[in-house]
Amino acid sequence: MKLDLRLPIGILFLALGGLLAGYGALTFGSEMYKRSLNINVNFWWGLLLMLFGGLMLVPALLKAKGDDKSTRPPEAD
Amino acid sequence: MTPLFSFLATAGLSVGGTVSSASIHLGLIDYLILAIYIIVVVGVGFALRGNIRNATDFFLSGRSIPVWVTGLAFLSANLGAQEVIGMAASGAKYGIMTSHFYWVGAIPAMLFLAIFMMPFYYGSRARSVPEYLKLRFDEKTRALNSLTFALMTVISSGVSLHALASLMGLLLGWNYEVSIAVSSLVVMIYVFKGGLTSAIYTEVMQFFLIVLGFSPLVLLGLRDLGGWEGMMSRLPETFTHSWKYMGTTDNPMGVEWIAMVFGLGFVLSFGYWCTDFLVVQRAMAANSMSAARRTPIVGAVPKMFFPLIVIIPGMIAVALMAKEGSGYAIPANSAGAPDYNMVIPSLLAHYCPTGLLGLGLTALMASFMSGMAGNVTAFNTVWTYDIYQSYIGRNKSDAHYLGIGKITTIFGILASIGFAYFAKSFNNIMDALQLVFAFVNAPLFATFLLGMFWRRATGNGAFLGLLSGTVAAMIFHGLSLTAGGSPGMKGGWLHPVFSFRSEMALNFWLAIVAWTTCFLITISVSLATKREKSDSELKGLVYSLTPKTYDDEKHWYKRPAILGLLVLGMTVLLNILFW
Repeated sequence: MKLDLRLPIGILFLALGGLLAGYGALTFGSEMYKRSLNINVNFWWGLLLMLFGGLMLVPALLKAKGDDKSTRPPEAD
Repeated sequence: MTPLFSFLATAGLSVGGTVSSASIHLGLIDYLILAIYIIVVVGVGFALRGNIRNATDFFLSGRSIPVWVTGLAFLSANLGAQEVIGMAASGAKYGIMTSHFYWVGAIPAMLFLAIFMMPFYYGSRARSVPEYLKLRFDEKTRALNSLTFALMTVISSGVSLHALASLMGLLLGWNYEVSIAVSSLVVMIYVFKGGLTSAIYTEVMQFFLIVLGFSPLVLLGLRDLGGWEGMMSRLPETFTHSWKYMGTTDNPMGVEWIAMVFGLGFVLSFGYWCTDFLVVQRAMAANSMSAARRTPIVGAVPKMFFPLIVIIPGMIAVALMAKEGSGYAIPANSAGAPDYNMVIPSLLAHYCPTGLLGLGLTALMASFMSGMAGNVTAFNTVWTYDIYQSYIGRNKSDAHYLGIGKITTIFGILASIGFAYFAKSFNNIMDALQLVFAFVNAPLFATFLLGMFWRRATGNGAFLGLLSGTVAAMIFHGLSLTAGGSPGMKGGWLHPVFSFRSEMALNFWLAIVAWTTCFLITISVSLATKREKSDSELKGLVYSLTPKTYDDEKHWYKRPAILGLLVLGMTVLLNILFW
């Protein structure tokens, strides 16, 4: 089966968002946010990217799990 | 660079000159963001390599990609960095009028492709656009189209690479050689491993990266200016309407509505979106006829709203300069005039702290790379099927053609690098080459229109029509000049007879002349020559000879015609809203 594209998109944006949000969390009140109108854009935008990544990743994982169950031969116990 | 937009020199990107802009300094976090992106795309290439079992998998993704993916890739294949940068530049030069490139230009053509033309591309089982020309017309028409297309794609890819390396040198002080080596190596790895599927997957990732990387700019800019009204109130009146000032050429674009609707809307846009294999290839990879037809429609929906992300930044930049104490100015070029191509990079530097800055620059780099990958995948398909298999190595095994495709990928990238260096040293020759391709492309849509909807059109008619359309474009260019311009690369090199208010107006009228010449000559020659193909040979290739059984989806929301009408209605509404 072909790779489900939602998987790499989900991973990419969870990683990018996590990195940004984490960095933002450590830099609250920093001088550099003056240019972004005193908003900690790294933190908030990072959270949004993580949300998007999650919305892509979770359905892809659920589907992969479902496919896995349906194609696996019944296990003998 | 996409042919349509390279044709519109006004929206083109040239970063050859020296620009006095503040260099951007990246932090560790910004480099980490770029590194994560590169790791994921290379990883996708490796994850897909198991799916490449034969040539069809490599060149056409085995015709198995779901429609939301092909749709976004269709849109994204055109959304190179040059477009993002060029459209923001136009937004700063013309304001909302720039949206014509979307709401008059792209969308009607995408819908026409979906509803009327896709059945023939997908249904004929042609593997490429030139191959359709061979099935419909004859060998020489295909040869003309495939050779020019192949050369054009590697040149575009080279120009894209050169633009990336120059921009990164300018903004970040990166070494030209290193930028070229890293980006072409990344593209080579993932296309070589995963073929068209890799290219399509990364195009979709790049789409989301652009949307999510650039929308903070728009949000912050609008907030800074006091919202939409705050921006509009600081712009010249002509910047705030799309149609109101199109009655005459007395507007920032210097184009009146006839040239806009026929030149851009009909000839150039239909010629690009409906016949350029780079975008059509994405739809051909879809997993069914219905999905192939819905591909351009799915792409049209985000395309409709793209002006928000790519044009508004240009308008924000202009409004910001009018705002007291903003401290922002569009960087000047060496001649002291504003360098509009620097709008996006300078806004990134103005609003984005390290972190978000890395995201924006990664989006920019990703779009350069995916633009290159798009060109390379279209090139290797046309080279392998339309040139190699047709004229060099016939009747070989499928594995042989797969091997050729892989070698061609490497060759295509090396050729791109060659053209990047060529563009660096001989910018004028590159401009001239792109101009010649613009002449070749301008009449193309007339050939396809007649081919698909008039069974009497013959191969000789098509071939001579194309040639004379190209020659007509060339002559018209030699006879036309923009007001105040001097004869040369921008026209008038034969003898200036016609005068236009702007370069854009000249280009639109040139397209109209080329198209009309091709249309009339194809009809005349066809009527004067014998038909080479019988009705039964043309079944599936011509509208009137093809059974209409393809719109058979049960649900209305999957039927291309209904979806197309919906999208068209929304586009009309947008035109009225921003009238």
